[in-house]
Amino acid sequence: MVEQIGPPAILARGLCRYFGTRVAVHDINLELRHGEVLGFLGPNGAGKTTVMRMLTGNLAPSAGRVEICGIDLLLKPRDAKVRVGYLPEIPPLYRELTVNEYLRLAARLHRVENGNIHSALAGVTQRCGLSNTGEQLIGSLSKGYQQRVGIAQAIIHDPDVIVLDEPTAGLDPNQMREMRSLIRELGAERSVILSTHILSEVESVCDRVQIMHEGRTVFDDSIARLKQKGTSLEESFVRLTMNHATV
Amino acid sequence: MILAVAQKELKILFSSPLAWLILALVQLVLTWVFLAHLDTFLEIQPQLIKIANPPGVTETIIAPLFATAAIVFLMTTPLLTARLIAEERRNHTLPFLISAPISIAEIVIGKFLGLLIFLSALIALVAALSLSLLAGGRLDFGLLLSNIAGLFLVSACFVSLGLYISCLSAQPATAGAGAMGALLGLWVMDTLAADEDGIGIARNFSLLAHYESFNRGLIDTFGLAYFALFTLIFLMLSVRRLDNERLRG
Repeated sequence: MVEQIGPPAILARGLCRYFGTRVAVHDINLELRHGEVLGFLGPNGAGKTTVMRMLTGNLAPSAGRVEICGIDLLLKPRDAKVRVGYLPEIPPLYRELTVNEYLRLAARLHRVENGNIHSALAGVTQRCGLSNTGEQLIGSLSKGYQQRVGIAQAIIHDPDVIVLDEPTAGLDPNQMREMRSLIRELGAERSVILSTHILSEVESVCDRVQIMHEGRTVFDDSIARLKQKGTSLEESFVRLTMNHATV
Repeated sequence: MILAVAQKELKILFSSPLAWLILALVQLVLTWVFLAHLDTFLEIQPQLIKIANPPGVTETIIAPLFATAAIVFLMTTPLLTARLIAEERRNHTLPFLISAPISIAEIVIGKFLGLLIFLSALIALVAALSLSLLAGGRLDFGLLLSNIAGLFLVSACFVSLGLYISCLSAQPATAGAGAMGALLGLWVMDTLAADEDGIGIARNFSLLAHYESFNRGLIDTFGLAYFALFTLIFLMLSVRRLDNERLRG
């Protein structure tokens, strides 16, 4: 357990989001402590991506509030956004730029001081295994490398919170393993929210699981507790998300 | 921050052949027009000398050159503005900018400035063409500067309108066609206004009618205010449009 100092990394209270009359997310509460890795699960269309977009300021919630390290995201978006790194489901990459150009741009946009950009770039490319591809065009990279660039842009400004939307989707087993160890490494110093469909990934990487279904939280517990109880994550997942689906 | 966005726009623009192609083609067309006017001028020069107070090279060559340049810009800017937002949307790169700690206004202004810098390079080429006449004579620099200012302002209007239309679409081609249509509409409005001897409300709203006075060397505050307001309104509409997307999803 990490000792709690100051406000939580992410605190979301009563998040709601409607698209027209359709309720996409209803009354979601979410708390992420410093140095915690939260697995965010749910069937497709449960509202995971919508929540993540709201946590990163890409979508305004219809109701509720979000605080990043105690800073209100809606009132002080700049101060809050500096502390967040976000990798959307589809990595937002400019295919025409080289990896280094792109990452330098990401650093500048996230207010990394000019003097520190060089070291930030060196650190992040080394960490994500991009040292040899710095001068290649992003468009010419394979899916796995593109995903690494996506992670690199999310962590180049050394954020307190990292939000990753299905970071392992479409990767081969080896790349998945690498990605997992990278996430574990990141989770040791920072807070990470990770959405995925791979339950074993959650069990191996995350400290806590939150399962969403039809826009609501249906499960929120720590992995350790789950193991103590002897129930498998898959069992809980199926039980919680299948019952409702048949209604 | 704004500059980082502008720089990114320019980098991506110059990494595609489109920018180079446009630079080359615009220069080719305008040089052609320039030489044609020069040719005519040399032909009628003996007669011009006989008139008292004859029009100089600036009036007979450079002003018509800038008038054509405005039309050429009207045709080419939509090709450039089309991708500004629509392409980001299609490639799913908009979250990259929106997640960063910069405001939507900064994103919009950055993109606007980036393209305006590119068009300034085109204007510089037209100006260089005009300055080449210094080899054989003198120029009316006041008129030249007024033309450069006019072309710059009218380009700013083209870009802001194109940028706004690009905000409305996820397809660069649609955005380009839309911007082209809107600009052509504004141009047609100018000829419509000209039929009425330049009186009437339509003329007040015409982009090129205002440009015409700059073209003649007349910088009036109404024209300046018109261009400034036009640019500002479409920039603000773009910001609103992108902000609404965040609010409504």
